Amino acid sequence: MKIFRVLLLVAAVVALTAVPAAVQDTVGADAVADSLAPSTPVIPVNIENLSVRDNPNDEGGAVIVSWDVSEGEYAGGVITYMVLRADSRDGEFVEIGDVPFGHASYNLRDNNTDDGVEYFYKVAAVSVDLANSDGGWLIGSESDVFGPVKSSAQWFNMSRLNIFVGIIILCGAIIYYITAAKGGKEFYIRKIAGIVEVENAVGRSTEMGRAIYYVPGIHDMDDVQTLASMTILGKVAEIAAQNDTRIDVPVARSMVMVTAKEIVKESYSRAGRPDAYQDDQVRYLTDDQFGYAAAIDGLFVREKPATVFLMGAFFAESLIMAETGNSIGAIQIAGTAQPAQLPFFVAACDYTLIGEEMFAASAYLSREPKLLGSLKGQDLGKAVFLVAIVVGIILESFGVPVSNLFKLN
Amino acid sequence: MSTRAKEVIATILIVAFFLSAYFFFPKPLNFSPTVSTIIIIIMALTFVIIGILTVRGRFIERRIVFVYVGVALTLPFFMQFDLAVPISPEVQSAYDELTKLPPGSKILAAFDYDPPSEPELQPMADAFMTYCFTHNIEVIIMGLWPQGPQQANQAIEAAFEAKPELRDKITYGVDYVNLGFQSGNEFVILRMGESFKAMFPADIYGTPYDSIPILKNVKNYSNIDYCMNFSAGKPGTQEWVQGAVDRFALRMSAGNTAVQAPMIYPFLQAGQIDGLMGGMAGAAEFEKLTGYTGKASTYIKSQSFAHIVVIVFIIVGNMAFLRGKTRKQR
Amino acid sequence: MKREIPLAITFIVGTIFAVAYFIPHYPFNQFENWFNDWFAIVAAFAIWLGALNLIRISAMKIFRKKVDILHSSLIILSFLIMVFFGFYDGFSGLIADPPFSYRDAGTGFDWLYEYVYSSLSATMFALLAFFVASASYRAFRARNFEATLLLLAGFLVMLGRVPVGDLLTQWLPRDYQLSQWANWIMNVPNIAGQRAIMIGIALGLVSTSLRIILGLERAYLGGD
Repeated sequence: MKIFRVLLLVAAVVALTAVPAAVQDTVGADAVADSLAPSTPVIPVNIENLSVRDNPNDEGGAVIVSWDVSEGEYAGGVITYMVLRADSRDGEFVEIGDVPFGHASYNLRDNNTDDGVEYFYKVAAVSVDLANSDGGWLIGSESDVFGPVKSSAQWFNMSRLNIFVGIIILCGAIIYYITAAKGGKEFYIRKIAGIVEVENAVGRSTEMGRAIYYVPGIHDMDDVQTLASMTILGKVAEIAAQNDTRIDVPVARSMVMVTAKEIVKESYSRAGRPDAYQDDQVRYLTDDQFGYAAAIDGLFVREKPATVFLMGAFFAESLIMAETGNSIGAIQIAGTAQPAQLPFFVAACDYTLIGEEMFAASAYLSREPKLLGSLKGQDLGKAVFLVAIVVGIILESFGVPVSNLFKLN
Repeated sequence: MSTRAKEVIATILIVAFFLSAYFFFPKPLNFSPTVSTIIIIIMALTFVIIGILTVRGRFIERRIVFVYVGVALTLPFFMQFDLAVPISPEVQSAYDELTKLPPGSKILAAFDYDPPSEPELQPMADAFMTYCFTHNIEVIIMGLWPQGPQQANQAIEAAFEAKPELRDKITYGVDYVNLGFQSGNEFVILRMGESFKAMFPADIYGTPYDSIPILKNVKNYSNIDYCMNFSAGKPGTQEWVQGAVDRFALRMSAGNTAVQAPMIYPFLQAGQIDGLMGGMAGAAEFEKLTGYTGKASTYIKSQSFAHIVVIVFIIVGNMAFLRGKTRKQR
Repeated sequence: MKREIPLAITFIVGTIFAVAYFIPHYPFNQFENWFNDWFAIVAAFAIWLGALNLIRISAMKIFRKKVDILHSSLIILSFLIMVFFGFYDGFSGLIADPPFSYRDAGTGFDWLYEYVYSSLSATMFALLAFFVASASYRAFRARNFEATLLLLAGFLVMLGRVPVGDLLTQWLPRDYQLSQWANWIMNVPNIAGQRAIMIGIALGLVSTSLRIILGLERAYLGGD
């Protein structure tokens, strides 16, 4: 009997302690649902390690507010954290933003600060107050006030230091070799098939009595590819003028038209044939990508040029133009820095300048020592990056995290 | 007969065929599975004949290639057969990120393409909008290409046609908003990192930014839960990664044309984007994952046929090349 | 001075932009924004140069009764029709109640956009399907080892990117089906190649830009 009473007592104690545990589990799992019951008490949450600092590497006007929470966050029916700001420690705090709950640590960027002005911050854990029909916030707990904090603008973006170092190395190498070239040093440059064939291609047009078409891409003068294309156009136009062969330059941008007119006119003058230049050799077609492609195709099929140059920035219309040029039997020399279009040019054209070969074309054609020196410097920069890549692969393979050095922020 | 005459006759025949199809063919025109199989067998036999002719030295001209490609692209629309669409990891990843968004999340949808890229990107956009509307995800639409916002409107209309109940459920300004196009390319992306309102003071209909309910408390990327970009070139995914992901830690997935997708794989590998839908295949996979019955699932059949035709002609071309090489060696 | 002033402007502006990338402080952080605004303004005015040039050359061909009279007439006619509907719908929309945009559905401009321009653009884009086939037929030859490797990779990717690939290899384990081969080619060798080309292009861009900033490259000004 005594044992039975003891057992009954133990069972009662277990039952009494198990029920609250079950209720707590339910509260933990359905925090939001339980918070809908007005009778559920709000358990305070400890907001820890509140820190506010100036947002680094920016133009000012921003601070970062970060904080952690203690365990039991979900026990209090918290659904969001509100960040409050005031101009003084005892001043009126106003909400500046909120972050939904669910993590161990949080941060929020305040983008509306005035530089040099002191601010004070605190964080409040809130839930929905159903007693208020507007669904206003009910503050469960608040952190201590942190401050004063001032935002400021930085004069150097330290997160870009890695790029700065890379640029210095590359530009330094280029300038060094340019200086060496000025001093008379000669540099070797390998043969680039597409550029070597320019004279032959122009000669073919001359023999066949047909025109040369030069298509400078569909981007405007703010693209370096178009600038590189204009450089090559100057040389091609000069050779065409010397051979007394007409060169047509249909363009897709007005400013490219203006620049190309100047270049072709100047090339004809340099070749001693200023009278041979006609104003309608360089003409504007349309800005529209496929309208331009359609116009170029029509010109190719009707005029049947013997030589086609496709140099510059191209996109989906590249293959349309290249295939049409191929179908009329023209010799085609293409060049672009758009990696997605290179396979189409390689398949459809006779010669293709791949990426940096197009940028090297001006140096190659002019053979000017200073330009060749810049190519040498570029190659040295490439060698440095290659070594860095190999070293980085080896270090990463052995668990040394060097990739963080090259992240862009 | 002169080439010009042949071209005129071919044009007349093609126009006559399409007019006959329009006026006399039954609608909808669907070939039964038996007829579809017969057509496939006939095409395969013609390939064998072409192969034999090539080996014998009679090389086909490119116009025959064009005819076969045209037939391969068109016929599957009328043929009844199913193709199982395998799901690639990058499309699965894009879909998984969408499923993680709880109802009420805000997603920024950047429509950076125009009508020529519509066959590849519009099915993705249609499936995406349908998914968002069905799962109560709020969508903020904008575009860096002038026609982008109009493509977005087409996607919204497609969602309403697929699920008519959404038309009553979804409210403009509350569940979605179309901010329209803004010129400036990368500059727009960077400025949006500070303030959406600075770049889009009003929506596409002229309603002021502050008057739109969905945009309340949306100042910049920090108030957005996710971004989905549909891109056909520049400005596009690359600019979004460089401008928004790298500088403002925006999380995003992207849909690109098949030509553009290889350039975006490095960003996917580096973890700068969560998922990537590439071309028609990516669109078909995304439709399958979201359960949306769209055009990509039909288009992918045509693409499959076209790929097979291209491969067959590459083989035929190599047969011609090897034959020529063998004759030279003799 | 005709050459020196543009070279000086190029040097100053180029240097400022390069430096501004590393300086977040005002006014350096605004240079890119200001440049984009001014470029858009200049380009908007410059577009008239192109349009007038196009009209002038087309008109000359018509008046001189050259070969391309039909195409030149079509250019001018299309230009005038779009301009007419743009202005007509634009002004109608301004005075209408409620006002509408010339781009809204139901306007003549929108009809031309959707049923003429969009259709023509899509048609030109669709040509790519045929040209890819003919280019592949002509160019993919097993001339040497590298070309054969390219050919095989092309086969695997073309088959693997459509459901037919997995249909043909469904008897293999999942990891060895064609779609997985295509994914591997896209994710490993393709990315390696793309990155190599992109690194080369980036270096070429830096070098060319430096040459232009330093005034070594002057062809864009019309010669040396």
